[in-house]
Amino acid sequence: MTDITNQTQAALDAIAAAPSLDALEEQRLDALGKKGWVSLALKTLGGMSPDERTAAAPAIQSARAAIADALDAKKAALETAELEARLARETIDLTLPAAPARRGSVHPVSQVMDELAEIFADLGFAVATGPEIEDDWHNFTALNMDETHPARAMHDTFYFPDKTSDGREVLLRTHTSPVQIRSMLAQGAPIRLIAPGRVYRSDSDATHTPMFHQVEGLVVGRDIHLGHLKWTLETFFKAFFEREDIVLRLRPSYFPFTEPSVEVDVGYSTEGGRRVVGGHGDAPGHAWMELGGSGMVNRRVLEFAGIDPDEYQGFAFGLGIDRIAMLKYGMNDLRAFFDGDPRWLQHYGFSLFDQPTLSAGVGAKV
Amino acid sequence: MKFSLTWLKDYLETTATVTEICDALNAIGLEVEGVEDPADKLAGFRVAHVLTAARHPDADKLQVLTVDTGEGDPLQVVCGAPNARAGMKGVLGLPGAVVPANGMVLRKSAIRGVESNGMMCSVRELELGEDHDGIIELPDNAPVGTSFADYHGADPVIEVAVTPNRPDCMGVYGIARDLAAKGLGTLKPIAIPAFAGRGDCPVEIRTDDPEGCPAFYGRVITGVANGTSPDWLQARLKSAGQRPISLLVDLTNYLMLGYGRPAHIYDLAKLSGAVVARRASVGEQVLALNEKTYTLDDSMVVIADDAQVHDVAGIMGGEDSGVSETTTDVLLEIAYFDPVRIGATGRKLGLASDARIRFERGVDPEFLDEGLDLLTGLIVELAGGTASEVVRAGSPPDEAKVIAFDPGLTLRLGGVDVARDEQQRILESLGFVVGEGWHVTCPLRRHDIEGAADLVEEVVRIHGLDTVASVPLPRTEGVARPTATPQQKLERGLRRAAAASGLNEAVTWSFLPEWAAEHFAADDQALWVLANPISEDLKAMRPSLLPGLLIAAKRNADRGAASSHLFEIGRRYFRGQDGLSDEKPTLGIVLAGEKTPRGWKTGKAQSFDAFDAKALALELLEAAGAPTANLTVMGEAGPQFHPGQSATLRLGPKTVLARLGMVHPATLKAFDVDGPIAAVELFLDRIPARKNAAFARPGFTPPALQAVTRDFAFLVPEALAAGDLVRAVQGADKAAITAVRVFDVFAGQGVPEGKKSVALEVTLQPDDASFKDAELKTIAENVVAAAVKLGGELRG
Repeated sequence: MTDITNQTQAALDAIAAAPSLDALEEQRLDALGKKGWVSLALKTLGGMSPDERTAAAPAIQSARAAIADALDAKKAALETAELEARLARETIDLTLPAAPARRGSVHPVSQVMDELAEIFADLGFAVATGPEIEDDWHNFTALNMDETHPARAMHDTFYFPDKTSDGREVLLRTHTSPVQIRSMLAQGAPIRLIAPGRVYRSDSDATHTPMFHQVEGLVVGRDIHLGHLKWTLETFFKAFFEREDIVLRLRPSYFPFTEPSVEVDVGYSTEGGRRVVGGHGDAPGHAWMELGGSGMVNRRVLEFAGIDPDEYQGFAFGLGIDRIAMLKYGMNDLRAFFDGDPRWLQHYGFSLFDQPTLSAGVGAKV
Repeated sequence: MKFSLTWLKDYLETTATVTEICDALNAIGLEVEGVEDPADKLAGFRVAHVLTAARHPDADKLQVLTVDTGEGDPLQVVCGAPNARAGMKGVLGLPGAVVPANGMVLRKSAIRGVESNGMMCSVRELELGEDHDGIIELPDNAPVGTSFADYHGADPVIEVAVTPNRPDCMGVYGIARDLAAKGLGTLKPIAIPAFAGRGDCPVEIRTDDPEGCPAFYGRVITGVANGTSPDWLQARLKSAGQRPISLLVDLTNYLMLGYGRPAHIYDLAKLSGAVVARRASVGEQVLALNEKTYTLDDSMVVIADDAQVHDVAGIMGGEDSGVSETTTDVLLEIAYFDPVRIGATGRKLGLASDARIRFERGVDPEFLDEGLDLLTGLIVELAGGTASEVVRAGSPPDEAKVIAFDPGLTLRLGGVDVARDEQQRILESLGFVVGEGWHVTCPLRRHDIEGAADLVEEVVRIHGLDTVASVPLPRTEGVARPTATPQQKLERGLRRAAAASGLNEAVTWSFLPEWAAEHFAADDQALWVLANPISEDLKAMRPSLLPGLLIAAKRNADRGAASSHLFEIGRRYFRGQDGLSDEKPTLGIVLAGEKTPRGWKTGKAQSFDAFDAKALALELLEAAGAPTANLTVMGEAGPQFHPGQSATLRLGPKTVLARLGMVHPATLKAFDVDGPIAAVELFLDRIPARKNAAFARPGFTPPALQAVTRDFAFLVPEALAAGDLVRAVQGADKAAITAVRVFDVFAGQGVPEGKKSVALEVTLQPDDASFKDAELKTIAENVVAAAVKLGGELRG
């Protein structure tokens, strides 16, 4: 009896002291292995009488159970310790920087063009395009500026030495208005379109670059009038700037392709050195800023574009895309638009997820 | 156009303030560009009375004055002017006032130890003239304490932008007429000083070119005394920004600026024989008033006498026959020239003048006689002399346009309901005659009026554009319909996809330096170069998007940027048929500098390679909906690329959708930029449109059975393109093989000379039953056979 008790205690001590899983395994084999003393002791039970067995079995059984439990517990403890040691070895310094994901960007001009397309689509306007290298008929003559028209000279036009096979001058379009002509010739009336794109004038200073972007708007229908023009521009600017307090001032002006012609001003205030669109231009702290030209399409232009001016009339407007982009998003130097400087592009560019939608708002705020 | 308020009030009886006048000018289409009020500059200067004057204790030339400013105790002021003396009245600048001439802010100070509380000013210091010999002396009745601006009667100057359709407003009188129509006051009749015309004009006047010069009126005045102009005339011209020259010259300028009517005065002593308007002969020369000699041709109208040309008609007079201080007898010319011819001549000669701009846009054909009388009257009144009768050669256009006007059009086109009698009042106040049945006769000076729409404009601009109410455009029923074209959707999608790949969108110039464009032009393409570029750097239309992006990448590198990941979507410009342009939508990418910077984890900085370019090209083509699985990789990316590290992606053998690869070292050198640089160009016009696009996708169920993979390593000739091997293996069993992945390429030790080892992982997807061993064996044999066909052998 005492033997078993002593032996058991010795085994339990050895198990508790086992420094590793290997040492523990030795202890297991020593006690519970095929030739282990507990296994051998259990075998002796077979040769005993029932009475002897009843007397001897509990001690052997309990020794076996105690040793098995101790082995399991020690094994778990050793495994935990080993895992902890491994994890400790695997510790890394997470203050080290992770590899940065590169963020691309969309140019403000593209973003604003997408915004224009989204807003005007809701008003039923399609987006039209046309060639940037034009002939003088589409760029001038059909817009009621014949060869001798003084306004032609005011356009600072870039010319090519070429002539078309019709003998027309070849030039870089000075405005997006020739797209009006092409679209009307192709589609007839009624028509609603905007035509955004690059335009060119031989002019360069802080606020002018020889290439810039314009958007043209054109609506021709049976009874379109100046009130529709005013509403369209107001509605557009309210949606574009996401403000209800947009106030437009229309001033009479002159463009050969419209009659009457109207210059469009918007009221603004200056906050923190920046122009903020909104409010009445005559209100205290406010002023007016020119945004673009517009008017009712001159009947000669309709005639040139193959539309009967006695049946149809309409309006057209032109806005500087770079300019309204600067107003909305706060850039102050037009030249930087065309510089391709990644720092500027990252700062003023837009995330690909800033795709304008009517439900989320067409603008992207920071 | 600049003019003073006083000048305007010569013609307009009004009590309106400057602000009211400016608001009205803006409202009627005469945009106010600025108002300069001299009173602003004279703030802080007062009429003051010098009570005492004593010598400065420490300076011979200075005096110490006590000055009464009209309020409080008299001030002590130190003054150096010799004419400063007790009892005089002058102008005192108080501390805080800014001296107009030099911008100096006046302060209380000590001058040689004596306190001075302001400055007594000279004419020059206040920018009222050149005199600086002493301080201003005002009359004894000048009210002490009054602001000097009020006392002096400072006259605000208004500058307006006159649109090219309104030459009738290129004189102050025309502006006054518009303002009167707007209700700002009453237009005064033109006051012509009385004179008596005596005797026939002694000079023969003709027009031999009735087309270019339909009318030429003249008159001689003898016995004039040219000199300086009276103050009122000088003040008016100065307000318009004109320097007074001499009385006779100033009076013609007055007629032009006041009434929009250019005229010319010749010194009769310098003329010989008849004075004729005629075409110049080719090569004929004239020395103009600007002291430049111009060579003329036979499209130009000149005024000439028997001896020489004296005037580029309607543009600039000649130096040889102009009036001088000693002129006593003059010939006055007032003519009507064909506007188109004036414009053409001016452009040809590159000669701009105030006269040209008015003749070119159209002067008033009804204002020849009156204008001539006005000029004559003023000369006789101010310079003396005796005027002859007028001699008239030809006659100006006199056929007035009559427009059948429906006043209802104002509402239909202008969107504002203006009462008929108000419409009539507006038109009549502008000089239109509203006749029976609304037949409207236009004044001849309104060259811009062509039809009914112009009359609507007149009515609406005077009635007020602010009265036009906003009216919503009619909406189509329901939700707005999509409007974008496939091309627009393609570009929008690509833009966002490129940004998603970490690229920054740039917008670069459409025109390039000629060398940069030339470098990227194809051999058979002549560059499209501007005839009148703004600079050498912006000259030739781009044949590729890459040069502009390379120039940007260079600029960025020069600024110290570690990398440029740039893309641009734009057009390339080529000559098309009929001399028109062929503009091709294109996406360009330039990857320059570090792909990844050096890092604790990644080691040294990595630069871009051709596979970065290829990955982007395929990714974007995929986003564009191109059938990327069917593309072949071929060569001929162009001489701007590294010949061994570039490719084209083609659909079929001819349709090049993209070119990509490493930029050629020679290109890097030409653009003076460090490499390596990878580049991509996608030709968006070549990407086939999706056919039969629909919302519903083709049916698909993921296969139920697991795919198996088998690895093969082949020894193949070194020159064999891996892509060819992959394609051949893929074709070995089109049904079973769903993917082939290259997982190792190796040459060198253990691989025979001239060979390389290419290892492939082939994925086999069973259909409705698992592969049997025999099937797998057959497939493997077919794979090996396909490789053998290309000169490969299975590695043991």
